[in-house]
Amino acid sequence: MQQRENAKNPKQALQVRRSSLSAWQIGERTAGPKTADLKSAQKHEKGKQQSASDRAGNSTQDHLEQALTYFERVKDYIPLKKNEVLQKHLATVESIALQRGLSPEGLDVLLNVALSGHLADTVNTRILKCLIPASVIAESSVVSAVSWLCVGKCSGSTQLLFLRWLIAMFDFIDHKEKLHALYGFFFCSLQDEKLCPYVCHLLYLLTRRESVKPFRVRRLVDLQAKMGMQPHLQALLSLYKLFCPELVSITLPAKMKTYFKNSESLWKAAINTIRRRNQGTSPTSQQLILGTGHPQSRKRKWNTQLILPACSTDANNPTRSKEINHADILSHSESFPVEQLHTFSQLLQNIHRLEFPSQMGSVLRNSLLLHYINCIKDESIYLRLYYWMGQTLQEECTWYKLDNQQYEEEFKDFLDIVYKTECFLQEGFSSCEEFLYKSLPLWDGFCCRSQILRLVSWIPLSSFSEMKPHLCEPLAQLFFTSSLYFKCSVLESLKELLQNWLNWHVMQLDVESDPKISPLNTTLSGLVNSVAELIHFVGWIATVALHLENNATFLLYFILDFYETQHSCPSLVFICVRIQRALKSLPFVHSFRYRTNLVAAKENELIKKTILQFKFSSQTYQEYNQYIMAMVGCLWTSSAFQKDIHPQGIRLDPEVLKKTRVQEVRNSFNIVHHPALMGYAILFLQQAWPEDKTLNFNLIKGRRWNWYLEYLYVQGLQGLKLFIESSINRVSQVSQTKSGNVQV
Amino acid sequence: MEKRSSLFHGLPFPTTPVLEPPSCCYSGWRENVDPQKIAFLLRKQWTLYSVTPMYKFSYGNLKEYSRLLSAFVAAEKQKGLAVEVGNDLGIKVTLSTLLGLKGTDQDQVAVLVQIASRSQLPFENAENKVVWSGWFCCISGDDLLESVPEDFTCLSLFLANGAESYTAIVGSWFQKTFDCYFSRLTISPLNLAWMAAMWTGCKVDSHMAATELVFSVPCIPQSLDISYAIHSEDAKALWDTVQKTPGEVTQEEVNLFMDCLYSHFHRHFKIHLSATRLVKVSTSIASAHCDGNIKVLD
Repeated sequence: MQQRENAKNPKQALQVRRSSLSAWQIGERTAGPKTADLKSAQKHEKGKQQSASDRAGNSTQDHLEQALTYFERVKDYIPLKKNEVLQKHLATVESIALQRGLSPEGLDVLLNVALSGHLADTVNTRILKCLIPASVIAESSVVSAVSWLCVGKCSGSTQLLFLRWLIAMFDFIDHKEKLHALYGFFFCSLQDEKLCPYVCHLLYLLTRRESVKPFRVRRLVDLQAKMGMQPHLQALLSLYKLFCPELVSITLPAKMKTYFKNSESLWKAAINTIRRRNQGTSPTSQQLILGTGHPQSRKRKWNTQLILPACSTDANNPTRSKEINHADILSHSESFPVEQLHTFSQLLQNIHRLEFPSQMGSVLRNSLLLHYINCIKDESIYLRLYYWMGQTLQEECTWYKLDNQQYEEEFKDFLDIVYKTECFLQEGFSSCEEFLYKSLPLWDGFCCRSQILRLVSWIPLSSFSEMKPHLCEPLAQLFFTSSLYFKCSVLESLKELLQNWLNWHVMQLDVESDPKISPLNTTLSGLVNSVAELIHFVGWIATVALHLENNATFLLYFILDFYETQHSCPSLVFICVRIQRALKSLPFVHSFRYRTNLVAAKENELIKKTILQFKFSSQTYQEYNQYIMAMVGCLWTSSAFQKDIHPQGIRLDPEVLKKTRVQEVRNSFNIVHHPALMGYAILFLQQAWPEDKTLNFNLIKGRRWNWYLEYLYVQGLQGLKLFIESSINRVSQVSQTKSGNVQV
Repeated sequence: MEKRSSLFHGLPFPTTPVLEPPSCCYSGWRENVDPQKIAFLLRKQWTLYSVTPMYKFSYGNLKEYSRLLSAFVAAEKQKGLAVEVGNDLGIKVTLSTLLGLKGTDQDQVAVLVQIASRSQLPFENAENKVVWSGWFCCISGDDLLESVPEDFTCLSLFLANGAESYTAIVGSWFQKTFDCYFSRLTISPLNLAWMAAMWTGCKVDSHMAATELVFSVPCIPQSLDISYAIHSEDAKALWDTVQKTPGEVTQEEVNLFMDCLYSHFHRHFKIHLSATRLVKVSTSIASAHCDGNIKVLD
């Protein structure tokens, strides 16, 4: 104690502090005029005011300096009553501290005097209440303040207030290493009944894995036996359990919400101001990481409720913790508990020492861990998820249950989470795939509809032979017998499925150098075949649906959407069969979109030719050329329905054509008469011959055909332009022949 | 037609709630069998659960697991009070292996979990009383075992006897610790029929209880149960005429066996049992309920 007293008072220490204080003042002063300069440059008048306020600032600065010097020199007990000097200085410190906060040096001086016992308790309280850091608190001041507690000169209430201050300001202490060294001291003060709640909180903030020792566990358990179930003790114990489950076990009651008394309240406004001021530089406050678990309803039996496991450290497993200890010796780093992972920057900082939670299912709710999963290639992660999810889906599937009303919402939520995770990972879960295969045949097409259909879109790309009986057949049955809206939803999700397959396929091309990554070990052609089968399947159900729904426009919209997705598809041949069918069955408004589709496919083809990734058979090309020719025949050469170029070709019997009572069938689909373009043709005619009200379409030929074409291009029909320019090699740009030379 | 030469068949995993006949009562006991432990398994009502493979479960750590689970159970029982691991807690959980309960050599060794609470009586030597017990065993087919990687232990059937609150605590601990998932296992009528046939076929020397089949007729508001009891000698005689190769059972034979029983019943009561649902089978060997409860007697 003698030593400590000596350490407190020597002149040397005082001088050091003094000099650092003046350094701080200089800093403040130089900062002042600079801003004043800037301001005066802008406006002279303001500059005058500014310098006035600056002078005022300087004078308050002087007052603060005087006050701090006064408090620094306090060595004996000074009563507050009738002590105007003390009152004046106290008021100065209070007003400035609340306005701007105090420097680390100022805090040091005031902390020392407040805990030294030289002043009355009311003064100490006032000082502690205004100890607001301008930026940070020096660790050394906290350590020396704690040393005053050992001397035992300050009253219990001051000690308590100091502890509250320490908890509230914990995040502003610049370093915490020496503070950790005082862990044992704080732990000893647990026995003080009044201090105990706050000491527990402080220990909670300080505790690390290495702080948890068997003797401390025993002490806490004894304390709990003596004092009963105090929430602060429970919180500290459960943190101990988190770090060392092999030493202690505790189950927190489900109802508990707050574990610690609020220490921040006295300084709350001030802390918020500092946080705002320090934004970005100060660490975010440490959050409570106690998992109280979900409240389980009592009505249902164990494990029959759908609950995503909470994220908790996988330290229960003694073998694993042993491994960790072993690794500690080698790398001097301990693992980072997932409970403490709250921000992305934490993830980046600790990614090398992060461990997965004990129950892998908990990652579904934790996007940070999903990021982590994305970086880690570990088969066991997916297996653990696979087992858990497969079982959960099976157990919770609503249509296996008799009384399904109450569980449907739960199940929907779960499916939503699974779907979101799949989107996040850009990968389908195989347990989901199995679940769909198993459950779709029993599905009524109604229960959890949107969720189920969305999951369909993430079925992994694999052999179609498995998918066909398990997915396509039951889905087709529901499709044909359900409403228009359902049909559209199915098409939408199949479109997404195709999209995901194509994306996945592109990724696969990127990583193909590593053969291990391909989980299915399927050949590229096999995958292309699956895509082809899917497109055929959609073509089939779409055609039937068009008949069933009387070519509903709404349905067409979704069908076209599907085909637009298909453009990125490497094997474009599949589009064509559909197109020629569609030409027959589609209302014409949509034909134009088809044409655009085909053009895009063509463009895609050109790119593909250069890449030479895929070896198309010559037959494929022939087929493709035939379709192009048919298209050209319709649009350009006015020879629609003439030639049969395909078994399911587009030639129509003259008898049938006669029945339609359409005059000039042959040219009814060219770029002038095509229903999708006729509007343009009318506008073109109106602009070219404003006086002519008869709308004679036959006027558009020869040179005017070319003008009309230009007109269409100007209207923004880029797809048409691309198609015509790439498919039709016109003999001469000036020649006015209608028939182009088809070259593909 | 499906032929099954062995009575051990996989619990198709992870999702199919189909249970093949309980394996324990048919395997030829292997060496290292603790008869006391086996006797302990008999004559108790077991509730069945299926369990997904356990991650990082190690047979070498059973003692450590016992310590941790003891503390966990104690902490759960006195919610909010911390428990120091390794202390005398009044509750003792023991994990031990159950040797001899293997269908094939590849099968994992079965694990027995027992919760004993200290007797309230003040005698020094008062034995701890077992209040709850459960055991894990492996009934998977070979193909599944091969597909389970190193870090996983496949003990896919769990049988529990005792208060469900204990089952919940122990199950939660296993789920948390080894990232597995427990779900109740129900027995389909088809599997019950299999059990009926096979247990009928077993030779039992002593205490021949009647073979009883319970059928449920779904009626509103209350369902109706039909109990059909047959002298076990008669049932055995019938089965012997149905079974072609001793030691081998086929689905065809099981169907035929049940059909014979049904037509006999129809002759007397004019009720088609085939239109009802088989919910319970009990023989002098064992009994099983479709809810997933079984009891092995002999």
